[in-house]
Amino acid sequence: MGKADMLHIVNKSPSEKNTLESCVRHAKPHSTILLIEDGVYGVTKGSAGEKLIKQALAANCTVCALWPDLEARGMQDSVIDGVKQVDYGGFVDLVAESKNVQSWL
Amino acid sequence: MTESTGGIEMEEDSAGTVKKFAFVNRKAPYGTIYALESLEVVLISAAFDQDVSLLFLDDGVYQLKKGQATKAIDVKNFSPTYRALEGYDIEKLYVERESLEARGLTEDDLVVPVELVSAAEMAAIMEDQDVVLSF
Repeated sequence: MGKADMLHIVNKSPSEKNTLESCVRHAKPHSTILLIEDGVYGVTKGSAGEKLIKQALAANCTVCALWPDLEARGMQDSVIDGVKQVDYGGFVDLVAESKNVQSWL
Repeated sequence: MTESTGGIEMEEDSAGTVKKFAFVNRKAPYGTIYALESLEVVLISAAFDQDVSLLFLDDGVYQLKKGQATKAIDVKNFSPTYRALEGYDIEKLYVERESLEARGLTEDDLVVPVELVSAAEMAAIMEDQDVVLSF
């Protein structure tokens, strides 16, 4: 069974660190970018991550965000269109389905 | 007569000495412990009747975002505490306009009434303090 391409995980706010920028710059088409913890601010409208996320979506990357982290921060209603929301089970599935995982620390 | 206090003249020295304290909040909540720790120290300072200001800039403005619901991450939601600060006579909450705008947020997105200030005004508020504590 063929596994999906690389899974990139970003856990820091795009206005605090440049990990999302670096991740998007290196993510190949058909890879998945998962935003968790403070990383979820990156998938919200008007944030420093908006441009990067749109760029990743346009490059055929799948962009996911962990909804428990979005909800904790009160950002659940401002998610950019095209971003998939996953729960902890979905997080595990993404890791299991991916050929490789890179956490952008 | 200092025997009764073991020689510590705390009453005489500290009574009436009110300093201007600013708490500078620059971190998002939950990702790190800074926001919660800042709030703890703010509440302690209130017990000492000091002149306290809370400054929110950069990712710190996210601390005041409405609609936080932390049940699914199993962490205490401390955002309602900002609404209780008024009861401790902490009423000076300053939020930097540029920081809000850079995050797609407006004053309506915040859990408490605040004073919106520019970066230049924020700098002036910082200059005006006796003590600046950074979180």
